[in-house]
Amino acid sequence: MEWLQQLVNGISLGSIYALIALGYTMVYGIIKLINFAHGDVFMLGAFIGFYAIARWDLGFFPALIIAMLLCAIIGVIIERVAYKRLRNATRIAALITAIGVSLLIENTVIYFRGASPEAYPEVLSNKSISIFGANISSQSIMILGVTIVLMILLQFIVHKTKIGKAMRAVSHDPDAARLMGINVDNTISATFAIGSALAGAAGVIFGVYYTRIDPLMGVLPGLKAFVAAVLGGIGSIPGAMVGGLVLGVVETVVSALGYSLWRDAAAFVILILILILKPSGIFGKNTREKV
Amino acid sequence: MKKSKVFWGLCLLAIIFYAVVQVMISGGILDMYYQSILIQMCINIMLAVSLHIIIGITGQFSIGHAGFMAVGAYFSAIATMKLGLPFPVAILIGAIVAALAGLLVGIPSLRLKGDYLAIATLGFAEIIRIIFLNVDYVGGAAGMVITNLSNWTYAFMGVFVTILVIANFTNSRHGRGCISIREDEIAADAMGINTTYYKVVAFTIGSFFAGVAGAIYAHNFFIIQPTTFGFLKSFDILIYVVLGGLGSLSGSVIAAIFLTVVSAYLSGYPEERMIIYSLVLIIVMLYRPTGLLGTKEITSLFKFGKRGGSKV
Amino acid sequence: MTANLLLEAENVGIQFGGLKAVQSVNMHLNKGELIGLIGPNGAGKTTTFNMLTGVYEPTEGIITFDGKKINGLKPYQVTKLGISRTFQNIRLFKDLSVLDNVKVANHNKAKHGIFASILRLPSHFAGEAKMEEESIEFLKIFGLDIYKDEMAKNLPYGMQRRLEIARALAAKPKLLLLDEPAAGMNPQETHDLMELIAFIRKEFDLTILLIEHDMHLVMGVCERIYVLDHGQLIADGTPQEIRSNPKVIEAYLGEEVVE
Repeated sequence: MEWLQQLVNGISLGSIYALIALGYTMVYGIIKLINFAHGDVFMLGAFIGFYAIARWDLGFFPALIIAMLLCAIIGVIIERVAYKRLRNATRIAALITAIGVSLLIENTVIYFRGASPEAYPEVLSNKSISIFGANISSQSIMILGVTIVLMILLQFIVHKTKIGKAMRAVSHDPDAARLMGINVDNTISATFAIGSALAGAAGVIFGVYYTRIDPLMGVLPGLKAFVAAVLGGIGSIPGAMVGGLVLGVVETVVSALGYSLWRDAAAFVILILILILKPSGIFGKNTREKV
Repeated sequence: MKKSKVFWGLCLLAIIFYAVVQVMISGGILDMYYQSILIQMCINIMLAVSLHIIIGITGQFSIGHAGFMAVGAYFSAIATMKLGLPFPVAILIGAIVAALAGLLVGIPSLRLKGDYLAIATLGFAEIIRIIFLNVDYVGGAAGMVITNLSNWTYAFMGVFVTILVIANFTNSRHGRGCISIREDEIAADAMGINTTYYKVVAFTIGSFFAGVAGAIYAHNFFIIQPTTFGFLKSFDILIYVVLGGLGSLSGSVIAAIFLTVVSAYLSGYPEERMIIYSLVLIIVMLYRPTGLLGTKEITSLFKFGKRGGSKV
Repeated sequence: MTANLLLEAENVGIQFGGLKAVQSVNMHLNKGELIGLIGPNGAGKTTTFNMLTGVYEPTEGIITFDGKKINGLKPYQVTKLGISRTFQNIRLFKDLSVLDNVKVANHNKAKHGIFASILRLPSHFAGEAKMEEESIEFLKIFGLDIYKDEMAKNLPYGMQRRLEIARALAAKPKLLLLDEPAAGMNPQETHDLMELIAFIRKEFDLTILLIEHDMHLVMGVCERIYVLDHGQLIADGTPQEIRSNPKVIEAYLGEEVVE
């Protein structure tokens, strides 16, 4: 029954990727920017959660909510300060700025607290539950539960609320949305807020699950989450969820087969295959340039 | 003929510069520290110019240039350390294998555009790095110990040839074909430019010289490790090209020189250095997104050449 | 007639997803003709152009050019065979000089290879000199030689339209496709442009297919006219025949009235 255990591990990892990927995909969907700093918001979320738990003695859920709130604010600040001016800039200028913001966040954190890693305190009791002969930690189940709740919440926001409708409208056609009286700037900020909050949540969950956090922890999961977003079809919310889960499971399987050093390559091989074979991803739509 | 005069004038200037520095090294005026900065500068210029032909000229957004540098570094190191070949041969081997890697990566990925291409090249570079990480023959994560063979002469020759080849390429019908792809791929195609072919050519030439830079880099330090060639290195190279001005060869050279010097002076303060670096990057992109020189060349500012196109 | 046939489209059509943008178009162009392609907005004129030039691959039918089937060829291959075009929404190489814009298209007939250029061999200089000379000739025809070092994006609008035609001509086509060449021009500019088109047609022995909205213009200069509506050919014939064709009048009803 080891495979079941691996599957659960994979899904736990995948749900973290999925939470980060959602932010990527929403931001890309609305302003066509690969927000490289998104992985660093994830890192900030992990640190905020860490300080909330270790310094202020808060429990898991208050820490999670504080991390989400602060990350949402940080996300909006990043958007307002750095990205807003880039709406009409070239793609390359936007991407370089995003890389710059990413480097800035990482190095500012390193400047203030050093590059050394931090051990996450144990906030969730970690019992092993035996299901079908597989030992599954209660943490895994908790993580899965939190992720599912957040995703349902996101679906609700996107499909049932006014701001969600505005987000969909702006991502479809910003000019038309503006003409229809939608405040495009606020909608974009809201997108950043929601995406960053999810990344912050992912940071806290990552810390609790893997117990080790450091200022550069966001780089690789950030890139992989982007891979997940591309895999699912960039701009598609269900795509990001599925892409994240698939990637998490694939990585866990590669590790379980004894190729753990190749684990990181798996994500990029998937990326390249999907880009070459079906660039629009699993749930994406094909677009064609008008001549 | 006026253009030819400028060309030979610049060549002469370069050779004089080389000789002066060489005399200063022989005379002991420039110590090891300055020599090492000079060589580092040359390596960075080669990397910048070799990426310039891909992004600045052809407009193909590649952010995995360190991958090709890694190929050049490792294969040249294998040639000298494992096979006992002379250094110049090793540089050539490193460059050719890097060019082949460029060809291999370029053919499938250059069908992609913009952000997708960027991410694919980043992915390829990471795969290359992870392969080196997993091959015990080249030392895995511990890396490979290498004799110091690089010197000012090799570094200078490398830069000279890189700039010469890429400038000559740019100033020909082939270079114009590449620029037309950057400007408007559909129109270029409609004017009879085989866009796939030229994209792959530019990518291969760029990879070749990234390989040369990698070979000289590998033999300048005593060790190479896969971590050196991560995407932070790719971003560094990208920053030279973008800060200098996309489409400007002299701009990317100037940016490479300037940033190498700044890095050397701030090497005692790594965190502050990176914060300043990233702030400059963001501010330049927000207030002068075309970079220092835009698509212009420094020579056009001095009115050597007659026009402001991509001339050297 | 067949000896004179330059381009033939048989039952050509294209589908985007489920949408049939253009269907069963039959067209033939004889050498030396100046043909108009007209139709209301969204009729599929530009889409037809895109199929003829390889930008889109037709999902049905066969296109033959100069005795060769050109379906499925890439745009650059079609251009090399001798079809060149302009774009409705000007697509110049904005950051290149006017001269370089033309040189890019002039590329096809040059022979010097990449290594010749890198090594600055004599063939490189000879080839480049020839390209420069020819390109300036093309610019002269369009009165653009005085602007040759100007960036294309700095030209006034009418000049940009002219430069696009000069550039298309520099690819040395047998068939020139002009997509609304007079769009946005005033009557005087339009008149000059038409004289120019007539001139280059004679001078370079060209066949020209023209998309145009301006009815006066099309009726005045074209020998034959094809009319597209809703992705289908509804009429073809001489300007007189088209003028009195009830289907055409119906298609244009509510737009401008055909005189």
